Amino acid sequence: MVNPTTRSERGDELPQGGDAPLPAVRRRRFLTYLVAAPALTVAAKMGLDSAASPAAEAIPSLPQLPEVYDLGDLIKLSCEPTKDMLVLEVDKDGTVRLFLPRMEVGQGITTAAAMLVAEEMDVPLSKVEIPLSDARPELIWNQLTGGSSTIRTVYEPIRNAAASARTSMVAAASKKYGLPAEELTTRDGAVIAPNGSVYPFGSLTAYAANAELPKLAVKTKSSSEFKLIGKKTDRIDARKMVTGQMEYTLDLDVPGAMPTMVRRPPTIQGSPKEILNEDEIRAMPGVIDIAMVATGVAVMAETFGQALDAKDALEVNWNPGTIDGLSNEDIKARLSAAAVPFTVPSGLTDFIDAEFDFAPVSHAPLETNTAIADVRSDRAEIWSGLKIPIIALQNIAQEVGLSEDAVTVHVVQSGGSFGRRLFHDGALEAARISKAMGKPVKLLWTRVDDMRHGRIRGASHHKVRATFASNQVLSYEHRVASVKTDWRHGFGEAITAAGAEGIGNLGYTQTIFNMTVECPYNFGAVTEVINEPENVILNTSAWRSVYSAMTRGAEEIIVDEIAAKLGKDPYEFRREFLKTDEARAVLEKVAVEGKWGKNMPDGHAQGIAYHQEYRSRTACLMEMDATDPKNPRVYKATIAVDVGRPINPTGLQAQMISGMTDAIATMHRAGLHFEDGLPLEGSYSQFHYARQKNSPIDVRVFVMPPNREEPGGSGELGVPASAGAFGCAYARATGTKPRSFPINFDVDFEPFPR
Amino acid sequence: MPNYTFTVNGKSVTVDAPADLAMLWVLRDKLGVKGPKYGCGIDVCKACTSHLDGDAFNPCQTPVSECDGREVTTIEGLANGDELHPVQEAWLEEDVAQCGYCQPGQIMAAVALLKKTKNPTDEDIDAIENVCRCGTYFRIREAIKKAAAAMR
Repeated sequence: MVNPTTRSERGDELPQGGDAPLPAVRRRRFLTYLVAAPALTVAAKMGLDSAASPAAEAIPSLPQLPEVYDLGDLIKLSCEPTKDMLVLEVDKDGTVRLFLPRMEVGQGITTAAAMLVAEEMDVPLSKVEIPLSDARPELIWNQLTGGSSTIRTVYEPIRNAAASARTSMVAAASKKYGLPAEELTTRDGAVIAPNGSVYPFGSLTAYAANAELPKLAVKTKSSSEFKLIGKKTDRIDARKMVTGQMEYTLDLDVPGAMPTMVRRPPTIQGSPKEILNEDEIRAMPGVIDIAMVATGVAVMAETFGQALDAKDALEVNWNPGTIDGLSNEDIKARLSAAAVPFTVPSGLTDFIDAEFDFAPVSHAPLETNTAIADVRSDRAEIWSGLKIPIIALQNIAQEVGLSEDAVTVHVVQSGGSFGRRLFHDGALEAARISKAMGKPVKLLWTRVDDMRHGRIRGASHHKVRATFASNQVLSYEHRVASVKTDWRHGFGEAITAAGAEGIGNLGYTQTIFNMTVECPYNFGAVTEVINEPENVILNTSAWRSVYSAMTRGAEEIIVDEIAAKLGKDPYEFRREFLKTDEARAVLEKVAVEGKWGKNMPDGHAQGIAYHQEYRSRTACLMEMDATDPKNPRVYKATIAVDVGRPINPTGLQAQMISGMTDAIATMHRAGLHFEDGLPLEGSYSQFHYARQKNSPIDVRVFVMPPNREEPGGSGELGVPASAGAFGCAYARATGTKPRSFPINFDVDFEPFPR
Repeated sequence: MPNYTFTVNGKSVTVDAPADLAMLWVLRDKLGVKGPKYGCGIDVCKACTSHLDGDAFNPCQTPVSECDGREVTTIEGLANGDELHPVQEAWLEEDVAQCGYCQPGQIMAAVALLKKTKNPTDEDIDAIENVCRCGTYFRIREAIKKAAAAMR
């Protein structure tokens, strides 16, 4: 149970350790609040990859933007001004609590954050807690969980905060017991005196908070001193999860917040006009209240079961939406027409032209959109899973007519996101309903609504042209046309704020595309361009790996086809044409460990692919049985991953397995059919996300040893290489050229009513 | 409204509810037992998997009237105090959970499988239909095998 007033009731008001104001965070026992302002180090990564020697024969390609400066660098820069404004506290029982201004949705970032704190503070991991910060508007852009940027953006700040806290403990012990600071050490959550006396941090915390402490230099550990960082570590929240004690938004007890559901329009972005049977619905068992809001008609009841029955019984007249009448084929035609033309003519040399289509895909996190909202005349309190809670707070304040100071937004750990919770649709809707009803609201989207009206990855169409002669690739062109991705959750503004416009003065989409998607091979003249036409507007949000899964997945399939044209083995060809030795290292790892080239039965094949992004690299080798071409089974996968500086190899492996499963699902069977302005799919029996029977029986993930100081990103890294490996294995096993994904995309169900 | 009496995790409870109200909402909204999760409401995601008289069942599609006089066990009732069930232990050893939302259902499904099939084959494990949207399937498979070994 969470008591919503916990935060204001707790806390002996003690002075804070730093000297900066602390508007949105209530002070408690001992607090460090760091406002260091180190110099910006924007260009430190310049030429990191492009400096490596290209393969001897291939025609080197000019470095693409992500090699020099990628999206994560930009997000990091946007966090820079507030990066050290972390809140860390030490309780009298020695518990260390770091309030993480990021969102845990399964990536394992709270565990990684706890490891960083434990490492730098010299406390046992079991004594570290990582609650998620409420929305803290003073952090500006530094409370955004996306772009695989969490570890990249918090690695140094959390270590600085923890090292600073440890130093404060030493200073407190030094002053309290009159011991020279330089003779004190720390271990297992305590300061150790030269005579062996042990002073637990918990016994020093009140003193540290009150005393005028000597100023000591704060120094983080060098990587050679790490005892915990880089060591396999289990999730800190695993026990709660396996015992059913983990609390998600709807598991919280907020007094008076009653179950609420919304009847939604029959087409995307439609809106309610009038309710035809309100009296009848109000008389149904358990029904408490009804309210019309912008997105539909809300019903509150004693139980969710009763709310569901009542909302299904509602009769409502609706206004049209944005894509009424539009179906998948229409969307595909509009995308195909929107692809920017190639610049290199075909016919002068050998060439491959190919077109790919990727179906729309729901994020479909297992926890649907949920939120609790308590909107009063003078204040509002919100609980929800929010990856950009500051924008949610600002937006909700504006919507319900309150000042931002009057709105509190609690970030609740959630059941998956995959990009969905970048937006705050559930929280905003719950706030509107709470205001309309004048009651606290506990909102649950049904699965059907979440899949049909929730945000998705829109369809994309790809045109690819590769030209080659003798043993060289002369050019590689890739034109993407995608359903418009909605960046209005603040991520776009963060990027513009950090100066992205200066980079090319492009829209968010082209900027993000340019800063994430790169061809890792020396393919001569490489151009990759995206266009998102304005004539298909539906509910979208970046989906794990954004444009890369499709763009790079398709590219890896073409890489195999170029290799075949040049009479080369797919692995040897990649090895030769990859730009860097670091890239070759992960590719070689999977080839060796996965036994590339071994004999396979008829209808079976291996597929190999490579991907780099977020300053990390990965390769995947899959073995597939496609004797039933509609239902191929990947039964073995070998993955290698190089993030430069792994924090928790166990968590990193989990992310790679997870990304691989996403790739298998979306390449094999998971997609949405739009028909007359709404997806037909309404549940997992129709949107075929992978099940156990689609998952490999043998998966091995090899984490490459540290080779840099700074960690790269990994949350989305696993999808594109696995998508490529799937496509290549399928092509080789079936002797086909797969062009449309998912490959098995039949409507094999009776759709639910609208 | 009629009264129904049954046990939840060993404790007898009586609830006043419409006969057709799904057990998921009886457990969650009336009894405050929140381990079983809503994921679909139509028995396809299996996130709410629990046990009825020891067999796996999905409370989202089981009316409360069907549970009258019977024994309901949810994820909260699986451990013996602080002593976890071997399947829960295996889940910790393999560090299975990511977002964790489906895992109570996955664990209850695995316990039900192992009760009937001491040495499950890969095909037996493939037959588990519970959706894990984080795609932890490989670790689930490994954990089931590990738990099966531990329970032999």
